[in-house]
Amino acid sequence: MNNLEQLIAQATADFSAASEIARLEEVKAAYLGKEGSLTALLKGLGKLPPEERKTAGAAINVAKTQVESALALRREALRNAQLEAQLAAEALDVTLPGRGPSRGSIHPVMRTLERIEQLFRSIGFAVADGPEIETDWHNFTALNTPENHPARSMHDTFYLLDAAGKLREDVLLRTHTSPVQIRTMLAHAEKYRHLNSMPEIRVICPGRVYRVDSDATHSPMFHQVEGLWVGENVSFADLKGVVADFLRRFFESDDLKVRFRPSFFPFTEPSAEIDVAFMHGPMEGRWLEIAGCGMVHPNVLRCGGIDPEKYTGFAFGFGPDRLTMLRYGINDLRLFFDGDLRFLSQFQ
Amino acid sequence: MQFPESWLRALVNPPLSTEELCHLLTMAGLEVEECRPASADFSHVVVARVLSAEKHPDADKLKLCSVQVGEMSGTHGVLQIVCGAPNVAAGMLVPCALVGAKLPGIEIKKAKVRGVESCGMLCSARELGLSEDHGGLLSLPADAPIGQDIRSYLKLDDNLITLKLTPNRADCLSLSGIAREVAALTGAPLQLPTVAPVAPVLEDTRGIILDAPAACPRYCGRIVRGVNARAITPDWMKQRIERCGVRAISALVDVTNYVMLELGQPLHAFDDAQLQGSIHVRYPAAGEQMLLLNEQTVTPTADTALIADEAKSLALAGIMGGEHSGISDATTDLFLESAFFNTDAIAGKARALGFSSDASYRYERGVDFELQRSAIERATQLIIDICGGQPGPVVEALDADQLPTRAPVRLRLARAAKVLGIDLGFDQTEKLIAGLGFAYTRTADELIVTPPAYRFDISIEEDLIEEIARLHGYDNIPAPPPTARLEMLPLPEARRGAMQVRRLLAERGYHEVVNYSFVDADWEADFAGNTQPAQLVRLANPIASQMGVMRSTLIGGLVGALASNLKRQADRVRLFEVGRCFLPDVTQVGGGGGQDGTGYHQPLRVAALAAGPAWPEQWGTPARPADFFDVKGELEAILAPRRLRFEPTSHPALHPGRAARVLLDDQPIGVIGEIHPRWHQKYELAASAVVFEIELAPLLAAPFPVFREPSRFPAVVRDIALIVPQHCAVQALQDALQAAAPAHVREIRLFDVYQGKGIAPESKSLAFRVTMQDTQKTLADNDADAAVAQLLHTATEHCGAVLRG
Repeated sequence: MNNLEQLIAQATADFSAASEIARLEEVKAAYLGKEGSLTALLKGLGKLPPEERKTAGAAINVAKTQVESALALRREALRNAQLEAQLAAEALDVTLPGRGPSRGSIHPVMRTLERIEQLFRSIGFAVADGPEIETDWHNFTALNTPENHPARSMHDTFYLLDAAGKLREDVLLRTHTSPVQIRTMLAHAEKYRHLNSMPEIRVICPGRVYRVDSDATHSPMFHQVEGLWVGENVSFADLKGVVADFLRRFFESDDLKVRFRPSFFPFTEPSAEIDVAFMHGPMEGRWLEIAGCGMVHPNVLRCGGIDPEKYTGFAFGFGPDRLTMLRYGINDLRLFFDGDLRFLSQFQ
Repeated sequence: MQFPESWLRALVNPPLSTEELCHLLTMAGLEVEECRPASADFSHVVVARVLSAEKHPDADKLKLCSVQVGEMSGTHGVLQIVCGAPNVAAGMLVPCALVGAKLPGIEIKKAKVRGVESCGMLCSARELGLSEDHGGLLSLPADAPIGQDIRSYLKLDDNLITLKLTPNRADCLSLSGIAREVAALTGAPLQLPTVAPVAPVLEDTRGIILDAPAACPRYCGRIVRGVNARAITPDWMKQRIERCGVRAISALVDVTNYVMLELGQPLHAFDDAQLQGSIHVRYPAAGEQMLLLNEQTVTPTADTALIADEAKSLALAGIMGGEHSGISDATTDLFLESAFFNTDAIAGKARALGFSSDASYRYERGVDFELQRSAIERATQLIIDICGGQPGPVVEALDADQLPTRAPVRLRLARAAKVLGIDLGFDQTEKLIAGLGFAYTRTADELIVTPPAYRFDISIEEDLIEEIARLHGYDNIPAPPPTARLEMLPLPEARRGAMQVRRLLAERGYHEVVNYSFVDADWEADFAGNTQPAQLVRLANPIASQMGVMRSTLIGGLVGALASNLKRQADRVRLFEVGRCFLPDVTQVGGGGGQDGTGYHQPLRVAALAAGPAWPEQWGTPARPADFFDVKGELEAILAPRRLRFEPTSHPALHPGRAARVLLDDQPIGVIGEIHPRWHQKYELAASAVVFEIELAPLLAAPFPVFREPSRFPAVVRDIALIVPQHCAVQALQDALQAAAPAHVREIRLFDVYQGKGIAPESKSLAFRVTMQDTQKTLADNDADAAVAQLLHTATEHCGAVLRG
């Protein structure tokens, strides 16, 4: 039996000496292969006298099991080592930059418009749209600003030529988004004409507007957002509440100061100019004019097909370009219309 | 409207600081645009007399002066001062800055000038920051008290307040009007100048005939004879009008301006010697021309009223005087006009002629129609005081029916509370209306208010509601979050907003630009082929010639932005814009256009442009320029899952072999292609760029997902490589395959295109992967074989395709 122990010890030592899987398989053959020593011992059992066979066979099988287990252990170890070597070889420089496309950007004024839309949507305002070449009637007359009204000189208007090169007096580039009020009211009044009492109108109308003006703080094309709320019980106090709430949410600043000061627009009465003052930052403490607003003038409601005795409403007009400049600290309006990637890509 | 604070305080003087006064005005709707000191900040400058002025011993242009400054300045009373002013002369009175004085930009010290001691500085108006006049020393009147501080002598401790008045508040275009407002806001007593009628000395009059009473319902005229037109305007008057920003010209003109600023009534003075017969206010004869004071010859429109005598026109009524009838230094006899012209008669007239005047500015906004008589009396008194002369009686022509009316306006307390959202109470409301000086009567629940003649902006209840809100203070109206019925807005899932389209493009690397809607006419020609007037939407008054037409395509703007970014050394440019285009003739466009009543089609579109490498430069990715198919892929992606179709097209902006019309559900929705190489040089593009432009509306429909149960049976995949003629378009072949495929063919996808070695010239190899799957059974090999055979047969029929060996 001493022989068997020696054989196991020898096999274990031989397995350990094999440093690769292929070599290990060769060594294995010397013990467990067809010509292997353990195989030979098992074959030799038949030559033993029957009374010895049983014990000798059992001993050889135990030895075989031990050799096999030593082999399995070594095989596992060699495989692990091989895998580790392979993984080590596959290691990457994980600090190399990732690959892929780059991201573009949404224009900063559109970001602002989206915020405005979201904020007003959260209190039930829908979004309305209207043409930029607008009729004189929608842009001025229906908004209580007849021909030659001095208020028209507040808006330097772009006019168009017809095909023959003649000035068209009936259309213009809209000077504000307020004509969308008229279009909205007319459509709404028509839609609910059959009802005794129409549902409220709550809309904002963002878009491009045009005035003959161009310098560092004026662009001949800029943006405006009109807001309109008409209902049976809409008051000036509601206007103040909505606008002040909006401004604080928009600028994410609870201590923003908002003031309403009497002003004049032909299409609202009473009218107000809205000023804000920041409590922090470069503009700290300065009153900045930010919007015009007021209660929709009865003549305007009438032009929109709405009875001013039964319904009241407020309207406001913000300049999203200015809101954007204040929010991001942009100092030159012209950057918005310049298409400069170095500027635009800052708004990813 | 600019005015000195001191003048306002002479009329009404509430116990408020300058800052508080300005805040009060601003918050009452009379916005203070600017408030600045009337003079620069300086000190230690006194009235001085030049006793002698001798030539400086060592300098030709300097004088050595002996200057009397008075005892009070802490000197011996006489100083030696070196002065270089050309007008310095013995006997003149001038401002003298003493040693220690701080002037704008300099501090006065005792100094030696060319070896001679100088103890102060004699000053020009500019050195004191009073004006730009640097012609010489500021010469003071002979009675100026020697030694008095110049600030108090010239009343320099004053502020110039500029109001940015809204067009409805014409009543505040005068000091009296502003004072009236301040009195209403503060309750401080109002002390307006008392105007007494000036008794006529002469009997001379001119008849006044109102031939255009709708334009001019009231005209007061008066002759004043024997005036001295060369009289000097008193300093107090000159100072007040100059501090209102009006240039002092001559005593007679200054008086008319003074009364206009004081009371708000524009006046005009004619040289009576130039007039013949009665004065007519009439409309012009056809083609009648007139030369105005500003040397402009105008042909007034038929509805522009003129002031005329029996021989000629004298003035554009309420707008500007004529060149030949005005007063001059030689005038001795005046005809003074104080008239009321209706707002409608004046509105827009001056603007149409390309100028504005103080008179037209006031008349088109509204002048108090009860003011004419007192204004002419006030002016007469001032003229006689300053220029002498003998007045005739005032002749007044009136057509009372044509005067503006002041209908009573009802103010219901309940309505005010509803509109404002706050109930001010009856007593408070009444107090506010009374404070304005408006006449009113009170009933159980309303006030019946009659607006005064000077207010042209009170005609409906809301106007009165604004008045009470304004006086109560907008700040004092609460701002609670409003309450409303909570109803959710519709949220149609099959629609998406333009913002989602923007986001998709931004996520694919495109940067959004906002380009001007007006463009260079060249862009319209080059990128849209629009060259004829009927194709263009032209601006009548563009801000610059290269912004003269409205764009009918977004492509020009993107190319322009590409060029400017290339100039700024960008090498990879991806831009997009969402914006409106403008097309002139709706009938050409068909459908949708013109419904807004403008007669223009104004579709919103989205366009994108890519130039430079397909990928940002990065390691491990071979660089290649972005091509047609990169951009096409992006267009398909933003429209997914809807399927687009493309067909070759020609387009002025695009490469003729690399341009396609984009179709959705068989409707053309836009174009895609490479910018035509002919534009590369003109627009300074380094290399090709690919662009698409499509209508936004179809992009906003996002199909509602339709559920189909996934098959539980395995899919079979077969690849077929076909050799087809080179001209065979893939889309058509694929359509044919799709149409012929048995029901269990789920997808036929092109996965390779090959030309070159092993393929005959004029041919190409197209490799399709066909995925088959049945929902009811596992497909057998012969099912798949049959399908492939069917497809091959179809391809051969379609374009002579053969299986690649």
